[in-house]
Amino acid sequence: MNKFNPKTILDNLTLAADWVGLRLVTETTTYRLVRDGKPQTNARETTRGIMVEVLADGQFAYYGTNRLDPVSIQQAAEKALEQAKLAARYAVHKFTVDARPAAVGEFISPFKRGVDTLSAGELNELLLKSNEALKVSDKIVSVNSLAQIVETEFHYVSTNGSDVKQNFLMVSSDFVATAQDGPVVQKRTDGGMLAKSHQTGMEAFDETAILDRCRIIGEQAVELLSAEDCPTAKTDLVLAPDQMMLQIHESVGHALEIDRILGDERNYAGWSFVHLEDIGKLQYGSELMNITFDPSVEHQLASYAFDDGGLKAERQFIIKNGKLVRALGGLESQIRSGVPGVANFRASSWNRQPIDRMANLNLEPGNSTFEEIISSIEHGVYMETNRSWSIDDYRNKFQFGCEYGKLIEKGKLTRTVKNPNYRAITTPFWSSLKMLGNRDTFKIYGTPYCGKGEPNQTIRVGHASPVACFENVEVFGGA
Amino acid sequence: MYDVFEQVCNRIFNQLKTEEYLTISLRGENSQFIRFNRARIRQTGLVEDMSVSLKLIIGQRTASGELPFIGVEDPDYQSVFDELERLRKEVVQLPEDPFIVLPQPGDSTHEVHTGDLLPKDEVTDSLIPALKDVDMSGIWAAGNIYRGSANSAGQVHWFETETFSFDYSLVTPEEKMVKATFAGRHWNREKYNAFAADSIHKLEKMKLAPKKIKPGKYRTYIAPAGVADLIGMFSWGGLSEAAIQQGDSAFLKMRNEKIRLSRLFTLKEDFSGGTVPRFNALGEVAPEILPLIEGGRLVNTLVSSRTAKEYGKISNYADDWEDLRAPVMTEGALAEKAILEELGTGVYLSNLHYLNWSDRIGGRITGMTRYACFWVENGEIAAPIENMRFDDSFYNFFGPELEAVTDEARFIPDVGTYAGRELGGVTCPGILLKSFALTL
Repeated sequence: MNKFNPKTILDNLTLAADWVGLRLVTETTTYRLVRDGKPQTNARETTRGIMVEVLADGQFAYYGTNRLDPVSIQQAAEKALEQAKLAARYAVHKFTVDARPAAVGEFISPFKRGVDTLSAGELNELLLKSNEALKVSDKIVSVNSLAQIVETEFHYVSTNGSDVKQNFLMVSSDFVATAQDGPVVQKRTDGGMLAKSHQTGMEAFDETAILDRCRIIGEQAVELLSAEDCPTAKTDLVLAPDQMMLQIHESVGHALEIDRILGDERNYAGWSFVHLEDIGKLQYGSELMNITFDPSVEHQLASYAFDDGGLKAERQFIIKNGKLVRALGGLESQIRSGVPGVANFRASSWNRQPIDRMANLNLEPGNSTFEEIISSIEHGVYMETNRSWSIDDYRNKFQFGCEYGKLIEKGKLTRTVKNPNYRAITTPFWSSLKMLGNRDTFKIYGTPYCGKGEPNQTIRVGHASPVACFENVEVFGGA
Repeated sequence: MYDVFEQVCNRIFNQLKTEEYLTISLRGENSQFIRFNRARIRQTGLVEDMSVSLKLIIGQRTASGELPFIGVEDPDYQSVFDELERLRKEVVQLPEDPFIVLPQPGDSTHEVHTGDLLPKDEVTDSLIPALKDVDMSGIWAAGNIYRGSANSAGQVHWFETETFSFDYSLVTPEEKMVKATFAGRHWNREKYNAFAADSIHKLEKMKLAPKKIKPGKYRTYIAPAGVADLIGMFSWGGLSEAAIQQGDSAFLKMRNEKIRLSRLFTLKEDFSGGTVPRFNALGEVAPEILPLIEGGRLVNTLVSSRTAKEYGKISNYADDWEDLRAPVMTEGALAEKAILEELGTGVYLSNLHYLNWSDRIGGRITGMTRYACFWVENGEIAAPIENMRFDDSFYNFFGPELEAVTDEARFIPDVGTYAGRELGGVTCPGILLKSFALTL
């Protein structure tokens, strides 16, 4: 099985297609979850298969199969060709091979310690210790510690000369404490559900650092039990990077995916308030707002060298000084729309076709220290860590909730507040960005769980951000 | 496919040592997908994907693994055996789990639902003509779906079905939309053409000038598709007994404070429709009907055998996630034809979008109105509304604010495809609410 070489298979295919691409994907995901001092999950999932993609009569079609023998792949290619020819009469767009540039190269994600340097037993032991560290009080009614390790190998070859190998090692973790006092229940996590997701190795499981974090998580869960609810007000809102990642993702990333703007997603995730003619003109936010698509950030979850269409991945400004200058679309979308895009044509695995995904999308840091931001505010609320998210199908009206809040009074962080939420509309919200943290406040997060597409796909994205301050935002508390 | 699965399982079970217990479950599909935009084809393809999951138990230790399954006995046996060997090496390293549930003997089950699907090469010519004059975006998904489960205590369960779904949205030039799903096991061209024509007719109503309404509390009707989304939230920190025990459920207040919802709200798990298998990964078969909320009272939660063992409860053979698999909400007395008249003046919501708990413990859910949503005045549709955000607690809208439930429940199929094509769906009626909070 391991000697399977897509290049050899491709060379031996007999097919009257204008182009053929093969994308072999092998991915192993290891989950280890310890809850309340007992192992809950020790699971390893492996998926391995090949996406055969063909172009005929201007239409791409695919066949995804986990049967990795030459006969099955030949049959898959023939069936994909049949689908392409049937669909070509109704094609949204007639493509040429220009949509799949020849690409040759390799990418290996950075890590210090490989998977084999930490045994299942050792990792369980660490997770058990972290459970103990989370349980700082009898009021902690449940704790869990999760480690997720993903090893992915891509090998993409095509009849026009592509040969790309990309190997990734990714680690996600989460540590959760739930505290209860009578009817009041509060939960605190380590930056949000699997927000600590990076391209890294087993060095991510640093015991001292994890246990320190767990004690703080437990203490803050208990602290929230006696906190007052977040007040209802229109006020200054300061968001920590672990909430900004969600803010960027939902109200910038998805809104700017070109396939959404072109209407491909209208039956599922939705459309966008952004139109093609807005690119180069729309003032999306205040002049402090600089958003980059950056697949080159070391250790960020969605760094890579080429997208799944073979386009070389490069850093690009998407929003510069608040103005929308470029959108998020791979070559197919760029050809269809005629607007500039990026290398983000990506598939979740061998059994899904590539579509426009945001990958690493970051808010560049500003100049203010955290202290300068807080001290400038007479009345406001500071919020950390996403716990609830919802936005409309045009990416306009959003409501987000956080785990942990602090009142800001007369330039100082004062009382802790629970159930902090806020709601707003995208461009007025980003236009209200009035202070932006410097690089000292800048943190890199990611999530393995961005959903989109029909058929549905879950993909990894990365978001980095400084602390950010928005003025005159509607904030409120719990039920 | 069943034969290969059974043969591989039997050969593997014969390899087990005395102290070893093993469950094997299978999930697979052979699917055709066609994605549409502007009533034309954006992307199309076929996927054949199958995997098996093994759970090995030795003493008080357990580990599991999932791997590809191709449906050919010898190579599948070898890869499953290799995985068993890997699990044997890993499981001895793990801490003990006092709540392990051993597989039990019992009757095996076998369900095969044969369909009458469109041949793959006829799909485009069958679907597009009926909608060629409108702006349509959507997804066609069709083919076989397989589920299997076998355990070393001798049970083998199999569920196989052929289904199709055409889930689409129609869009006016003013960007107002209507949603529809034509799904089933037996394709019928005449029914499809009539269904498509009805969707186009509904789209006409969306061409009225839209009305922008202000945030506030409104008398509201939510159609079955929207109710299905609300009930779907109960699979996520909802009716799971483990979630209640771990302080992570919106139903904590019902359990601890004995709060009662409206007498009009009754919800059960009902597998009699045959759209999903009754067995879980452990090989346990759920009761055909399990009442959950009866007349507003919480009478049962979803309890897996592990949860039962950990918290001293009685298992009702929920799956590991303790999510709803075959939810059915009971109908009420409101005649569907009287909905507008009974609503009088208020908001008519056909669909909801992007739901999330905004305060889980408080039962508060936020989301958006979407698709065909109207302002109704004096019992007549006056205008489509601009999409609004809602943020309200089910302790209100399935509680004192629930005025009436329609007299016909609809099956809303699950057309999700994240981990492959899903099975089943939610069966529910529409609800008329005295008030519903629209916030933005």
